[in-house]
Amino acid sequence: MKMAQLTPAGTIHPFPRSGLQVFVESQSGQRVLRCYQCGKCTAGCPSAYAMDLGPRRVMRAIQLGLKDEVLASSTIWLCLQCQTCSARCPAEIGIAEVMESLRLLAAAERSRPAERDVALFHRLFRDLIRRWGRIYELGLGALYNLRGRHPFANLGLLPHLLSRGKLPLLPQRTKGASQVRAIFARVRAAEREAPPPEAKEGTDASRQ
Amino acid sequence: MPAGSSYAYYPGCTLHSTAREYDVSLRLVCQKLGIELRELKDWACCGASSAHAESRLLGIALPARTLQAAEEMGLPLGVACAMCFSRLKLASHELADGDTLDQVGRIIGRGLGNKATVVHMLQVLDGEREALPIKRTLEGLKVASYYGCLLVRPRDIVGFDDEENPQMMDRLVEATGAHAVPWGFKTECCGAGFSVPRADIQLKLSHRILSQAKAAGADCVSVACPLCHSNLDSYQQVMRREYEHEIGLPVLYFTQLLGLALGFEPRELLLKRHITDPLPVLKARGLA
Ligand code: SF4
Ligand code: SF4
Repeated sequence: MKMAQLTPAGTIHPFPRSGLQVFVESQSGQRVLRCYQCGKCTAGCPSAYAMDLGPRRVMRAIQLGLKDEVLASSTIWLCLQCQTCSARCPAEIGIAEVMESLRLLAAAERSRPAERDVALFHRLFRDLIRRWGRIYELGLGALYNLRGRHPFANLGLLPHLLSRGKLPLLPQRTKGASQVRAIFARVRAAEREAPPPEAKEGTDASRQ
Repeated sequence: MPAGSSYAYYPGCTLHSTAREYDVSLRLVCQKLGIELRELKDWACCGASSAHAESRLLGIALPARTLQAAEEMGLPLGVACAMCFSRLKLASHELADGDTLDQVGRIIGRGLGNKATVVHMLQVLDGEREALPIKRTLEGLKVASYYGCLLVRPRDIVGFDDEENPQMMDRLVEATGAHAVPWGFKTECCGAGFSVPRADIQLKLSHRILSQAKAAGADCVSVACPLCHSNLDSYQQVMRREYEHEIGLPVLYFTQLLGLALGFEPRELLLKRHITDPLPVLKARGLA
């Protein structure tokens, strides 16, 4: 095994960085080894009660290169991106960005999301923006219920929203829609050309 | 912000649909104060949290299109939704990097200089606080100002106010004559978009916030985000069923409170559109 090395930035890497760590650091811009497991992130996380690992243990799992555990966790999907953890972390780690990068990794690896409905919701949201350029709430709800096979979810509110004219029946039209579609296509092309680093199993001796 | 100032106005999707009352009340208030809102042409969605969840680049490119449009108009970009505000601020922050700026400029197919400044309309109206032509003081009304997550965090990027105990909305509320109650849940998360895929979580978080506002003695909650509004207002009926707890706390946009103070009628401010009717509370205080 390689010995600990001092990096130019002055942090000690006790182990070669795992592929997982390399991916997370490059996509989130955060240094995960700075986490010293104080637990402040989990303590203030509004979703922590419903998560399996919670943000603190996700940070530890990344340090240890436990890719499968991280990708299979509900935590990365139950993160609301509220940024409370990032605001309070004494090591000034943007944990919310770390969570986001793990969702990107899950998408890149096509891993099965532990929270299927959350992943579905995001995907449908994007599909609707691509189609119409703006969000279409009623369409989003209907598609979600159909594709998620829970046809009666969230229906209780419908009459109240409709009677107050809060839910337009038709999507908003914007001439910007075609430009938005072009943006989606060009983003996809750019990402095919320069994909993010692969989060390989095992370790990677490259250092920053 | 001097009277007579102009903004490139980006309403964002919800202000043209579920949150029309926010758009309408904001326009009335701005008109009264001589602030010009020039709505961007052909604007599109900021991507919310979903674009960014799949692709970092997409999460920057969608708001960049809006930033570019404001830049072309040569005006600061005024935003009313906290989610849009956050996405635009974060994109602008990422675009400070030259390579990202070039790449995103190619993707949106237009020259992009990242020159537009992004402001939330709460910041703009806070600038008018000292010179509000108050017609109807809201004295006696106790208001819990709720900021949520995205206005205040991350502080170094959004540059808004204190992350844990912001004051901007409180002092604007006080400028109307109302009392801004001190309370501890100003920046707790309401559950954001989870109202659809994990309604159980959103319900719990929103319920906690409302319970705290009530315990602090508030008559109503003031918000500056359509997503927060929907979570806190619309779901009170579901809370009654799930938790057997009657909240009955009206949730108003801060622009509606301002509008009342500036002399507009509840009807003009579309107060009727809320699920939890604010009129009984206002009537009891002689304000409607
Ligand atoms: S708050 Fe920061 S240092 Fe503490 S456990 Fe969380 S990530 Fe690690
Ligand atoms: S950003 Fe995510 S992980 Fe961090 S506190 Fe909020 S919900 Fe929890």
